[in-house]
Amino acid sequence: MQYMCLIYSAEGTGPQPGTPEFGPFMKGYTDFTAEMRDSGALVAGDALQPIATATTVTVVDGKTITTDGPFAETKEQLGGYYLLECKDLDDAIAQAAKIPTATYGRIEVRPVIVWDD
Amino acid sequence: MPMLPPQTPAQAIERVVREEWGRILAALVKSLGDIQRAEDCLQDAVARAMEIWPDTGLPDVPAAWLITTARRKAIDRLRRDARFTARIPELSHLIDVARDDAVADEIIPDKRLEMIFTCCHPSLEQKTQVALTLRTLCGLSTEDIAAAFLDKPAAMAQRLVRAKQKIAGAGIPYRIPDTSELATRVTAVLAVVYLIFNQGYSTLDRRSRSLTDEALRLGRTLHYLLPDEPEVAGLLALMLLHDARHIARRNTQGAMIPLEDQNRNRWDRAKIKEGDALLRQTLKRGAVGPYQIQAAISGLHAGSPSWADTDWVQIASLYALLFRMQPTPVVQINHAVAVSYAQSTSEAIALLDHLDEAPNFARYQPYHAACADIFARHGDVARAAQSYARAMSLTSDPAERRFLQGKRDALS
Repeated sequence: MQYMCLIYSAEGTGPQPGTPEFGPFMKGYTDFTAEMRDSGALVAGDALQPIATATTVTVVDGKTITTDGPFAETKEQLGGYYLLECKDLDDAIAQAAKIPTATYGRIEVRPVIVWDD
Repeated sequence: MPMLPPQTPAQAIERVVREEWGRILAALVKSLGDIQRAEDCLQDAVARAMEIWPDTGLPDVPAAWLITTARRKAIDRLRRDARFTARIPELSHLIDVARDDAVADEIIPDKRLEMIFTCCHPSLEQKTQVALTLRTLCGLSTEDIAAAFLDKPAAMAQRLVRAKQKIAGAGIPYRIPDTSELATRVTAVLAVVYLIFNQGYSTLDRRSRSLTDEALRLGRTLHYLLPDEPEVAGLLALMLLHDARHIARRNTQGAMIPLEDQNRNRWDRAKIKEGDALLRQTLKRGAVGPYQIQAAISGLHAGSPSWADTDWVQIASLYALLFRMQPTPVVQINHAVAVSYAQSTSEAIALLDHLDEAPNFARYQPYHAACADIFARHGDVARAAQSYARAMSLTSDPAERRFLQGKRDALS
């Protein structure tokens, strides 16, 4: 099964660029990505630009309306994701726990729907 | 053909179904891969049994008959499925299993452990874990589960459907967790079993009362399946030792009788003996956990001929040990009560008094009831009356309020 691991954290938490912790933190991501690629679990994964760059789009009566900023005004913001192929939820939980931000924020694990055709 | 036991066929069928439900369903989930589908097919098989068993009598191995019939029903259901061709691989597997003539005498594979770990998966809310366990392993009806938890049947049905959808949709596995996760997962399972037990133990409602029996059955099953887990044995011992006292806990009017005033001759000696023996064996392993400690405390009470003869020194030190593992208000209060008998009421007051306005204690009825009793024994009537009033204002159970009122009236 494929699981989307959505990486949430409050901006400004966790190791910040310029601090001694930042290097090991980023290396944690490089290592995790490599581990997932080598094991064949990695389907996709990306980091997102900060929420200051976000635009929310909705179409009302055929008219596109855009607003500045993220859709949900929550403290914790989506910062990136991994799409992983995992055996089952336990496997996905075990992988998600290795994502470095899991220590500072949260990882939402969502199974991907497989459409029967 | 075997003789029917001396009961009506309907009763015999109901008994078989209740006793074997968990084991049959667990085996079916293993071969059908989905709890809802397994349950539907088992219901079909039970309906079929109700039709023919009254005429034919019970088969030699009713559970095997039900499982074979349920598998055939699964094949029928798959054949009717619109996406039939896509499911041929599943079907041929099932046909192989169902055709096997040996199946009637087959020992049904015991998959109850897989089932309970799935039902108590940490990605499910605890109330859902409890409901699923009662439904799938104990075979309780949705209505009975709803009644035991004072829920509407429709809401409980909805909860169960959503849970089964999540298990299937999120890929919650149907297996025994790896050694590395086993300890935490077992803890979650034990919490569910103990919650079921307490739900039955704490109420007078007869339908809830059956929950203690279900919890004991689950505890025995778990102990049989995980004989090397000390806390599994610890919980079973604890439930046996607690349950031994249940008849003595209520008077004829249904009011609660505290341990102190219970007629110890009414305690169930067989259960005490069983719980005690189990606990002794388990403690020898040296992997002591909270359930074993609580069982040990319960065992000391059970083995004591009277309240006055209770070994309070040992109970106080067991509570102190328990508090290091579970720093909860209830443990802290029980520790202080034990200290009030083992040492003195002033030492107990020193342990409790300063908690009066603490967030977890200020509105906690057992705290004020315990303080009231200790103040009373200390000779501080004014503060005892004050604490009884506080405790009464915090209880919604009329029987309990009457009990506290009686204690307050007896002051001075």
